[in-house]
Amino acid sequence: MKNNVFVYVELEGSEVREVSQELLTKGRKLANELGVELHAVAIGSGIKGKVESQVLPYGVDKLYVFDGEGLFPYTSAPHTDIVVNLFREEQPQVCLMGATVIGRDLGPRVSSSLTSGLTADCTQLEIGPYEDKKSGKTYSQLLYQIRPAFGGNIVATIVNPDHRPQMATVRSGVMQKAVYEGECRKEVVYPEVSQYVSAEAFAVKVLDHHVEAARHNLKGAAIVVAGGYGVGSKEGFDSLFELAHVLHGEVGGSRAAVDAGWIEADRQIGQTGVTVHPKVYIACGISGQIQHIAGMQDSGIIISINTDPEAPINKVADYVITGSVEEVVPKLIKYYKQNSR
Amino acid sequence: MSLKIVVLAKQVPDTRNVGKDAMTAEGTVNRAALPAIFNPEDLNALEQALRIKDKEPDTFVGVLTMGPPRAGEIIREGLYRGADTGWLLTDRLFAGADTLATSYALATAIKKIGDVDLVIGGRQAIDGDTAQVGPQVAQKLGLNQVTYAEEIVNIEGGKATIRRMIDGGVEVVEAPLPLVVTVNGSAAECRPQNAKLVMKYKYAACPLEVAEGDQRKGLREQRPELTLTQWSVADVEGDAAQCGMSGSPTKVKEVQSIAFQAKESKTLTASDADIDGLVKELLNDKIIG
Repeated sequence: MKNNVFVYVELEGSEVREVSQELLTKGRKLANELGVELHAVAIGSGIKGKVESQVLPYGVDKLYVFDGEGLFPYTSAPHTDIVVNLFREEQPQVCLMGATVIGRDLGPRVSSSLTSGLTADCTQLEIGPYEDKKSGKTYSQLLYQIRPAFGGNIVATIVNPDHRPQMATVRSGVMQKAVYEGECRKEVVYPEVSQYVSAEAFAVKVLDHHVEAARHNLKGAAIVVAGGYGVGSKEGFDSLFELAHVLHGEVGGSRAAVDAGWIEADRQIGQTGVTVHPKVYIACGISGQIQHIAGMQDSGIIISINTDPEAPINKVADYVITGSVEEVVPKLIKYYKQNSR
Repeated sequence: MSLKIVVLAKQVPDTRNVGKDAMTAEGTVNRAALPAIFNPEDLNALEQALRIKDKEPDTFVGVLTMGPPRAGEIIREGLYRGADTGWLLTDRLFAGADTLATSYALATAIKKIGDVDLVIGGRQAIDGDTAQVGPQVAQKLGLNQVTYAEEIVNIEGGKATIRRMIDGGVEVVEAPLPLVVTVNGSAAECRPQNAKLVMKYKYAACPLEVAEGDQRKGLREQRPELTLTQWSVADVEGDAAQCGMSGSPTKVKEVQSIAFQAKESKTLTASDADIDGLVKELLNDKIIG
């Protein structure tokens, strides 16, 4: 049976990246809605016997494990060859990848090889009908690839009517992972790598590969203190770090604060950064561009501190404090310390 | 070693500085309200190319862009910063292209340019943030790719050594030429415009940019470098079916301006009493511990 939903499983060594488990969870739902199977493909070196248990619990009917020399660290050509040749055989209707450095390197290369459409950084994926107004042709079950566009000022729904697979990348944290409770086949196969990759594909050599453990857990933090342009300076973030410290939370920033160099890029919250779902989100001097709101709107309680009472973010906030970050944040620290004893 | 380098550049609306008038009342984008700029990461790409030229002065650097005639502006900007030439792909048939049709057009032009050793572009453009065109151009040309580059460290013996950022870390890779490289915004900033080059190329223009009865006609006849190369689909021997809207597998089903579900919010001042009250409320409700 062909026409299934595929997820490309991303690996660091033999460890499956969380974003892939999030996509498997979403892929399972899409497969159920379409009445097809969920398949996964994992490519690496020395991974046999190590990746299966990290992939199958998310509702996978069939897992393809390609285990061979030179497949880790990731390089573009061998992984492209495997995915493209596998897809030529299997003809999936949907393919999901993480909007990570690897997914955003591999996805376009695969889509160009197969002349299929790819939508980057989707924030929602749904199944629905489509009518092509020009040709009058109708489609009953297309993948709606929904993403903010144009610097986050609009949201576009993209479809790929006539090309397969319909490909999408999704950032880490946008979907939530959950072990699948339903029935699925959990078949695992180990295809012969050399049947899928030519020797010439290994032309790019990785001389040095260095990955550090994450310096923070912004994605999983229960409390997030985020700063924007209204923080005013790099030094201004010190009080945000102090507030996050006393609340046992993490610090994030808007794109404007990252662009200004006040906070590291890996702490950017928003459509082109990290998506967070904390219990409490404290937005400090963030005006609230849509691309930012897309990355934090599912927070439990949203507190906005802004000198501008009309700041767009105030619309989604539960508490709006009209005042400067400089004045309000130290007071929050002070009264938290006083009252929490 | 003389290298031929093509820098991929896009003229984009400056979406980083979206003002209140950037959206029309109907919720569509008011392009006219946004200044058109050289895509920032493409400037980082240009800098990497110019650094190679600094070391090896006989290196040839050209800026390739696709867009309406006014995109000739960014070719001029490239020349002011040190590029040797530029090519503008412009044709109504290119309009409405998604990333795949764009990469087809660019790859066809790169084949027309011929004998290119290195194609360098920004990682992504700020109006789309897709990062797809670089790898798709590489695939269409059958070349290797190195994305998310921070620095082209060295080129020797037909191989490039490149430092790149990966999720949570850094990698150094070695890749044979010809090669496609995409460069991050965190890479070295592009050098400024050079006053002498501005004087030299001030009147450079693509034929379509020049209005009927232009006063500089005589000047351009004397100095051929002031007439920039402009190509249509036919000029690059492209297949019109693979260009523009017809060459794009993705279709936009709908576009919405976003209205977030407005919440009922409590409004507070920055006074001690208000902040104290808020903290107590959050503690009482066990929202914070």
